[in-house]
Amino acid sequence: MKKSIVFAATLALSTLFATSAFAADGFRTLDEIKEDGTINIGVFSDKNPFGYVDENGDYQGYDVYFANRLGEDLGVDINFVSTEAANRIEYLQTGKVDVILANFTVTPERAEEVDFALPYMNVALGVISPDSNVIDSLDNWNPDDQMIVISGTTAETYLTQNYPDIPLQKYDSYATAKNALENGNGVAWANDNTEVIAFAKQNEGYTVGIPSLGSADTIAPAVTKGNDTLLDWINEEIQTLGEENFFHADYEATLLDTYGADYEDELVVEGGVTSADAEADSEAESETVADETEAESETAAETEAVAETESETAA
Amino acid sequence: MPDLGLEVLLKGKNMMRLIGGLGIALKISLISVVVSIPLGILLGALMTWKNPITKAILRLYLEFIRIMPQMVLLFLVYFGSTRAFGWDLSGETASIIVFILWGTAEMSDLVRGALSSIPKHQYESSEALGLSKVQTYLYIIIPQTLRRLIPLSINLITRMIKTTSLILMIGVVEVLKVAQQIIEANRMASPNAAFGIYLAVFLLYFLACWPISMLAKYLEKRWK
Repeated sequence: MKKSIVFAATLALSTLFATSAFAADGFRTLDEIKEDGTINIGVFSDKNPFGYVDENGDYQGYDVYFANRLGEDLGVDINFVSTEAANRIEYLQTGKVDVILANFTVTPERAEEVDFALPYMNVALGVISPDSNVIDSLDNWNPDDQMIVISGTTAETYLTQNYPDIPLQKYDSYATAKNALENGNGVAWANDNTEVIAFAKQNEGYTVGIPSLGSADTIAPAVTKGNDTLLDWINEEIQTLGEENFFHADYEATLLDTYGADYEDELVVEGGVTSADAEADSEAESETVADETEAESETAAETEAVAETESETAA
Repeated sequence: MPDLGLEVLLKGKNMMRLIGGLGIALKISLISVVVSIPLGILLGALMTWKNPITKAILRLYLEFIRIMPQMVLLFLVYFGSTRAFGWDLSGETASIIVFILWGTAEMSDLVRGALSSIPKHQYESSEALGLSKVQTYLYIIIPQTLRRLIPLSINLITRMIKTTSLILMIGVVEVLKVAQQIIEANRMASPNAAFGIYLAVFLLYFLACWPISMLAKYLEKRWK
């Protein structure tokens, strides 16, 4: 709470600064980066297995694997900048980093502040339950059964909005929710699908009955608003990398230990084409338009919750 | 003994990374201390002037810095200076600027308080003894003020060292951030590592702040 007040004040003050000064285009174009020989990439340094620092002080993870490839193909050195969930947009807007590759979920609100490239990963919600009573659907819910959620997460918001009849059992932390599931206080636990998948992988006797629930969001690289040369280059790069199945290789190198091979296609987005895109292509055009509008309004409703979850993770 | 995940500390360069992180925290706080203590003494002395204009300006500066959370100041200097003037300050430079601004403000108020706590009769007795104004300050007022200032400024110095834990928000990887990195990197392999790592961080902060407290104790005794 206190933190959010601080951020609000910061935001207000920096806006004041921004408007009082003449606008400088706070980014470096593709040519300027090449000329300089170093690209600044903002990543998480404490979000294993996406972006973290190993015991030798080297950056590792799914995002970092991709960042290294970007630097290699651009022919420049990489300067990794350790970012927090709450300051990623600020870093881009001031041009202190050229690209953010910090598990950045695409939302309409954020897209107004920064430019997102093509996605390279999917995120959604998942539901995990004991093997003895696997929950694989939320329809026809038994009103006596309770669903475990962590307060303030996307899962809580989504279930409250879309399944108001499911009784929720709310916990403040990951550890208490985990205990509740293990003790059988609830029949299932809803959380980010990456989290529940990792849990099922580490703990015997649990199954992710619903691996993908709710609006499918994506993770994508982001650049400063208006930095089109860099954005176009990254988009082309992601499409080219799709031909060699780069992100599958990335998954196998960095995420396999945590999530196992079963969810590879569920989580990886190859060549910037999501499964939703592929489906839409095969459908009639009028339908596609309707689908998209629906998807957009859904995403908008959830954005706030996503932001909340992320700032909590960072804290 | 419960599992504290201490083995994580010995993995790779982890211990050196933690100590290096402490080094960065100490570098930033000590540079700031060295600059802000003399500046604070100067401003504190100016604050006791009867001139209403200097008084108002210094008061405004002090209140602004004191009311603003340090995190906001860090964001203002680090990101705000880029937005407003196009300066590209590094995270460390921005931290040092903020800590100097903050340390100077706090120090000046401590000095002002210490100076005005010297009873008026000290000045009057000194004048009665025929000492000049300079002599009064040199031999009577400043020695007494210094003695009152020691515990207060030690408190400020240790507070500055500990507040460096905020600079991770502007991308400076100091001891606490290294600790978080180590804990997260070992989330799967050693889930208990948080205890051991935070224990190590506690010890490191203690080792950094304790000698300063001891120095203060020594000085207080010597100047009794």
